[in-house]
Amino acid sequence: MSSTVYVAGVGVISAIGNNVAENLAAFEQEEAGMAEITLIDTRLYGNVPVAEVKLNNAELAAMAGFSSQQSRTTLLSLIAAREALNDAKIDNLSSLRTGFVSANTVGGMDKSENFFIEFTKNNSKGKLRDVFDHECGSMTETVADVLGITDYMTTISTACSSSANAIFYAARLIKNDMLDVVVAGGADSLTKFTLNGFNTLMILDKEFCKPFDDDRDGLNLGEGAGYVVLVSEKVAKTLSKPMYGKLSGYNNSNDAYHQTASSPDGTGSYLAMQGALKKSGLQPSDINYINLHGTGTPNNDSAEGTAIKRLFGPHYPPMSSTKSFTGHTLGASGGVEAVFAVLAIKHGFIYPNLRFETPMKELPFTPEKHFLKGQKIDHVLSNSFGFGGNCTSLIFSAS
Amino acid sequence: MKIYIRSAAAISAQKTFGDVPFLTEPVEYQETRLKAIEPDYKDYIDPKLIRRMSHIIKMGVATARECLNRAQTDMPGAIITGTAYGCLEDTITFLTRMIELEEEMLPPTAFIQSTHNTVAAQIALMLQCHEYNNTFVHKGISFESALLDALMLLKEGETDNILVGGTDEMTDASFAILTRLGLYKRWPLSNLALFNTPSNGSIGGEGAAFFLLTDKPNSNNLAELIAIKTFYKPTTIENTELNINVFLLANSLKTEDIDLVITGRNGDLRNDAIYHALNKSLFARNAKANYKHLCGEYPTSVSFALWLAANIIKKGVVPAIVAEGDIKPHAPKKILIYNHYQNNYHSLMLVSAC
Repeated sequence: MSSTVYVAGVGVISAIGNNVAENLAAFEQEEAGMAEITLIDTRLYGNVPVAEVKLNNAELAAMAGFSSQQSRTTLLSLIAAREALNDAKIDNLSSLRTGFVSANTVGGMDKSENFFIEFTKNNSKGKLRDVFDHECGSMTETVADVLGITDYMTTISTACSSSANAIFYAARLIKNDMLDVVVAGGADSLTKFTLNGFNTLMILDKEFCKPFDDDRDGLNLGEGAGYVVLVSEKVAKTLSKPMYGKLSGYNNSNDAYHQTASSPDGTGSYLAMQGALKKSGLQPSDINYINLHGTGTPNNDSAEGTAIKRLFGPHYPPMSSTKSFTGHTLGASGGVEAVFAVLAIKHGFIYPNLRFETPMKELPFTPEKHFLKGQKIDHVLSNSFGFGGNCTSLIFSAS
Repeated sequence: MKIYIRSAAAISAQKTFGDVPFLTEPVEYQETRLKAIEPDYKDYIDPKLIRRMSHIIKMGVATARECLNRAQTDMPGAIITGTAYGCLEDTITFLTRMIELEEEMLPPTAFIQSTHNTVAAQIALMLQCHEYNNTFVHKGISFESALLDALMLLKEGETDNILVGGTDEMTDASFAILTRLGLYKRWPLSNLALFNTPSNGSIGGEGAAFFLLTDKPNSNNLAELIAIKTFYKPTTIENTELNINVFLLANSLKTEDIDLVITGRNGDLRNDAIYHALNKSLFARNAKANYKHLCGEYPTSVSFALWLAANIIKKGVVPAIVAEGDIKPHAPKKILIYNHYQNNYHSLMLVSAC
């Protein structure tokens, strides 16, 4: 049970790049991925910026070598999961017990919302193939089938903490000696459903989001997918390439305050970070970088910041919200940001928190504004908090 | 480590909730959709909250509360749910309004409650439970995934009692769509005669079943949950048999040690062909029982089967309405639940007397 779980491969697609290299280049150039909506026919066009992956479905399908009739979420998931698996370079994969644990929040909603246009008028209408893969599990199943993963698969959906939970559930499958290798993370594409949903909550910023800024005014929705390939200690020893790091700590706690709002003290966030530290055996002072949940909503950043103040004060590690680049990729965010976390360790990077100007009045710390290279980063804390009070923190450490 | 089912509660299309006789008065329906029989929710949920809750949230929260009451436990060490379809009613409400109102003046409540983790979240909120909280949404093994998570947490020593449940709701829209997809029979029939006239399609159902799992022995424990296993897309019936044999062997058991096999027959010809084959081979000499004529087919229906198994063991009775064939079991001590969902997801659970 005490065995170590390593990260052997990573893959990501987001508004700032279609693979790991492009994402890192965008960080270095401090180039955000937000722009006007191009892929969805919506009244919100022109009102709110979004962080779209810069390929339409046909282009994604070509890149994935797969059907463009699939949900966009499936295509994003396949591209990033395959990049991660290829990156891991595990030659004898077929002889190992391999799993796929993926997350998303609305399944094939991008297709279902088309189906419902006709179906709402007449319930014998609507193309069934548009609703056939509505379930969240369908995304996971389709990608696992393409990747040839059959030993185990499952899907987690806990709103914006979904893929962080997928990653540590996957790690536990390895620690419990049920699997040797797991591709874990999540995917979500932008949909009219989520855009309108977040719009009704009045938490979408009309400008590019400003996480942890006193003048922040909400989040920008994004889309993407991020996966890590987790391997057992035994498998890690057989691989010729160096590991990115290990998953040293994790915790899932519940805020139990409100269905959508965070408690003012950030109780759930505090418990998740504290629990992850305890699991890793580390002290707050050991953490070299915090990848914040940092959505840019007044409520989240205040709650998360308050929890960090309580746990870390008075010595604060560098921190930033990469959602200032990628937007909030919802069910994908924990996976996308886990990839960023282990890349920070490997390359010694700290990513900037774009557009930060004014410190929050209630917080004694500010996020990092510029891209930093050559840092010694041994331990990264990655936060993912979601609706339903679901708070998850992961700690990745150098191996 | 032994893991026990401390308590269980279920809302289903049968009278299963609260202190009721054990399936001695089966409810008959003459249609292909079985709706859950709902209790008076005021006894379980703050009346102010009931009005805003959708069907699945009410079913889930009330069943969770009843399960905890039965265990005389106030606070679980983790809450884990499985649901394939999630909060369909709220999802479809928001989706339909978005289309009909052309994205204007949409109320947020349906969206807020549409996320798949709403049931687990509302239970945490009701209990003020800050502990581990997770939701699995993987088609026909959503509940099994939740159960596996719970078993691992107990083995990891993270806690000593876990509330785990399976929930799915059927709405008019999902029933219409799933009927068009061919999941259900095209004409009305009695659910109690489901297995008499094999034909294409099953009958749709819904429900919620929750369990409090613990590693602590207690004379009130219902049963021991020995093990669980899932497997994916077996290529042949021999492959399925092999998986079942390996599972039994891993738990030092043979088929003759099993007092009762509960299978997931659902009245659909192709679906049931697998059970028929196994009933002639692997399970030829076992007493058998079925349950989907009572609760209907839905992706987390195996949670109803687990509720059934735990109660059969505790009460020492196999209700006549679930028994199949000539072999009459007397007070089963070991039960194997075998279910498959559309021949893609297969699951096995071993339940034993404590």
